[in-house]
Amino acid sequence: MHLAYPAVLAALLFCTGLYGVLARRNAILVLMSVELMLNAVNLNLVAFDAWLSRAAEDTLHSGQALALFTIAIAAAEIGIGLAIVLAVYRNRGTSDVDRLRDTAEGHDPDSDATGRALPAPAAGEKAEATA
Amino acid sequence: MSTAATAGALAAGTLHRAAESPGFLSPTGVEITFLLVGLVTLGAAVVTVTTRQLVHAALWLVVALGGLAVEYLLLTAEFIAWVQVLIYVGSVVVLLLFGLMLTRAPIGRSPDADSGNRWVALTVAVAAAGALVWVVVDAFRTTWIDLDGAPSGTTEVTGASLFQHWVLPFEALSVLLLAALVGAIVLSRKAKAGSERGAKDTAASGTATGATRTRRDQEGAR
Repeated sequence: MHLAYPAVLAALLFCTGLYGVLARRNAILVLMSVELMLNAVNLNLVAFDAWLSRAAEDTLHSGQALALFTIAIAAAEIGIGLAIVLAVYRNRGTSDVDRLRDTAEGHDPDSDATGRALPAPAAGEKAEATA
Repeated sequence: MSTAATAGALAAGTLHRAAESPGFLSPTGVEITFLLVGLVTLGAAVVTVTTRQLVHAALWLVVALGGLAVEYLLLTAEFIAWVQVLIYVGSVVVLLLFGLMLTRAPIGRSPDADSGNRWVALTVAVAAAGALVWVVVDAFRTTWIDLDGAPSGTTEVTGASLFQHWVLPFEALSVLLLAALVGAIVLSRKAKAGSERGAKDTAASGTATGATRTRRDQEGAR
C-alpha cells in the first residue's frame, strides 16, 4: 500500500478535529473533536510502524506501542475532561465554552452578567435533580 | 487554500503516485478498500464536527472510530484495532453520551452548537489541511508499505515488543490511569455546600463511572 493513503487520511482527520475544536461551543463536542485529532495521530503512528517494521531490520514496534499509550492516555483524558465539564456545568449551569470567560483578558460585563449571575441558581438545582 | 485546492492536491498526489509507482494501473484490493473506508471515516468525522444534533454527533463519532479500526486492520495492526473498538467505541463514546445526558443536552437541533468564529475556524482548518496534505504527499510520494508476509501487528508481536522494550512506560501508564481515576472521583464529588443527599448520589455515580472506565482501560491496555 502506498504510504500517502494513511498519511493523507490522518492529515485530513486531524484538520477536521481542528475545525471542531475551534468552531464548537459545547464543551463535550470540543472533547469529541479532540478525540478525532488523537485518532488521526494514532493512524499515523500505526501506518509508519507498518512501514518501518519492514524497512528496518530490527524494530522496537515503537509506533504500535505509542499508539496503545495514546489510546490509554486519551481514555484518561476523556474521563478527567468530562468530570471537569460536569463540575463546571454543576456550578455554572452551562457547558458553553463561549460563556466561560472569567479568566478572559478583555473582560466584558455583558457575558459576565448572562453567563454567571443568571443561570447559576436555577440550573444548579436542575443539575442536582438530574445527578 | 480552499477545499478545491485540497481536493486538487489529493488528485495530484494520486497522479504523481500513479506515474511513478510500480503498481500503477492495478491498485491492490487493500488500497481500494482503504480508500473507501477512509472516505466513510472522513465523512463521518465531518458530520461529527458539523451536525447540530449533539447526540447524532456522538453516534457519527462511533462510525468514524469504527472506520479507523478497520483501517488499522488493513494496516495489519490487529491488536490495536480491537483495542480501538473496545476502548473508543465501547467506553469513550459511552462516556461522552453520559456527559451529554448529564449536562442536559437538547435532543433535536440546537441552534447554538457552532460558535461565532466558525468561519475563522474553517479558514484555519482548510489552510492546515492544504499545507499538511501537500507536504505529506510531496514527502512520501515514492514510499510503499509492504503488507505481504507475516503481519507486523498481531497480538503476539505487539505483546512481545510491549513487554520486552516498553515495560517501564507501560507501568508508568498504569500509575497515570490510577491518578486519572482518583482525579475523576475528586472532581465529580460535590462541594460541602450542597445538599447532603445529592452529594452522596453524585459521588457514588461518579465513582462507579470512573471505576468502570479505568477497569476497561486497563483491560484494553493489557
